[in-house]
Amino acid sequence: MTNREKIVPVLTILAALLAVWYAAVVFLNAPFERDTAARAGTTISFSEIVPRTMAQARPVLPAPHQVMAELWDTTINKPVTSKRSLVYHAWITLSATLVGFGLGTLLGIALAVGIVHNRAMDRSLMPWIIASQTIPILAIAPMIIVVLNAIGIAGLLPKALISTYLSFFPIAVGMVKGLRSPEQIQLDLMRTYNASPSQLFWKLRWPASMPYLFTSLKVAVAISLVGAIVGELPTGAVAGLGARLLAGSYYGQTVQIWSALFMAAGLAAVLVLIVGAAHSAVLRRMGVRP
Amino acid sequence: MGTAFAMPQIRPDAFSPNTASPDARSVVSARGLGLTFKTDDGPVTALTGVDLDVRKGDFVSFIGPSGCGKTTFLRVIADLEKPTAGTITVNGTTPEDARKNRSYGYVFQAAALYPWRTIEQNIALPLEIMGYGEAEKRARIERTLALVNLSGFGKKFPWQLSGGMQQRASIARALAFDADLLLMDEPFGALDEIVRDHLNEQLLELWARTEKTICFVTHSIPEAVYLSTKIVVMSPRPGRITDVIESTLPRERPLDIRETPEFLEIASRVRDGLRAGHSYDE
Repeated sequence: MTNREKIVPVLTILAALLAVWYAAVVFLNAPFERDTAARAGTTISFSEIVPRTMAQARPVLPAPHQVMAELWDTTINKPVTSKRSLVYHAWITLSATLVGFGLGTLLGIALAVGIVHNRAMDRSLMPWIIASQTIPILAIAPMIIVVLNAIGIAGLLPKALISTYLSFFPIAVGMVKGLRSPEQIQLDLMRTYNASPSQLFWKLRWPASMPYLFTSLKVAVAISLVGAIVGELPTGAVAGLGARLLAGSYYGQTVQIWSALFMAAGLAAVLVLIVGAAHSAVLRRMGVRP
Repeated sequence: MGTAFAMPQIRPDAFSPNTASPDARSVVSARGLGLTFKTDDGPVTALTGVDLDVRKGDFVSFIGPSGCGKTTFLRVIADLEKPTAGTITVNGTTPEDARKNRSYGYVFQAAALYPWRTIEQNIALPLEIMGYGEAEKRARIERTLALVNLSGFGKKFPWQLSGGMQQRASIARALAFDADLLLMDEPFGALDEIVRDHLNEQLLELWARTEKTICFVTHSIPEAVYLSTKIVVMSPRPGRITDVIESTLPRERPLDIRETPEFLEIASRVRDGLRAGHSYDE
């Protein structure tokens, strides 16, 4: 496929989305302009309303160019150390995301190894792992923050642990499947060599599980970010993308909310792309058919 | 290669009647061997009353319809299944000890190469597990690749090779370490006739050169007769041995030996054995 063939469909969808968005902006923000005009005792024509709907300070739905302008202003024009810089807030969230993602990956792999090698763990653990994900994270996140605060742990770690809570799940489930993916014939082969359990693991189960691991990592890294943002909501909203969202909603700063949302989405996309690149690099080294 | 290949006469004739007691030279010796699987539909007798001696240097084929226990017997020798009756020794010990001593190489129906390893890394797998040194590993990889005519393909990944080449690589993997016994479970079953002929020829050549003892499972009569010094005919329900045929063919066997009256006579005896043990009315 040429680049042109790849880009044209994406741009078409993007253009369609922008068109719908602008239409929604006019539709949702027009009542405010009509009310303002009515209160001033004047009437206002549709052609006058349209430009005004896209320039409100606190619109119901900000126009795309307003969000872009805000993003530009808060990333490029502010020093990254400033509390008003979105880069500063993104970094706060990203650091918690990465710590949580790392811990979640280790925990998920450790659980999967245990489940695959130990019959008792297999029977007892899996239902609890699944149950853990049925509890709404919004309910449990403040509890984790409060409990950890009470024993003197504050700052990055509580948020990271909420990320861990979400991200270990896809890793554990994916790795259980991955570590069990070798065929009987491949296991028999190792038995004929009288391979030790650790040789069986490192030379067969682990390499066989790589495709499963990376698929899980892509899901896990995205929900790690969600976990970190959710973890910021009950922390008193000092810093981070979650804090920006919360502050924005307190003060009706919809443009700020939307720009924080876009930053979060962009961050998630970059994280998933990085994991995806690592995935292809590993598979290439493992000789997968191109 | 092929008909021009002159096989060195390096072994004494394994069938001469005045050798020492067969047990002394037995690589595999089974007495009253039986195996019953417990299944949800009740017990299934996969093997019953199997008495067999495989002597050093033999090429023994196991032939029979599916369900006759030929693969099961091979798996018992390899300690991949445990017998439920009778006794069996491999290299004079229990199958478990034989497996722990790494005294056999096993070639499966499928090549079972690890797709993330190159051909030479696949051959290196047993050597890594058994703790061979780096230089020794290299030398053995080169030697076994040459033995199966795959020199120069070591850096390829399995998917880059044809099915026949993959199966040859898996044979190389089984030959890489010092096991005198080679257990082969329908290794060429999934390959087409022409490739199979070619590999059969190469296998005989390899057997002559390495002096291994080979147990070979097949369901092709010509393959069994062409390759073997001894043909074990088996039949199903329950899995048992119905005939053991000592081949009278010379050890040097060009492909066109398959048109000789002697060959056809042995083939016909195998066919009779198969027919006797198998009712087609079922």
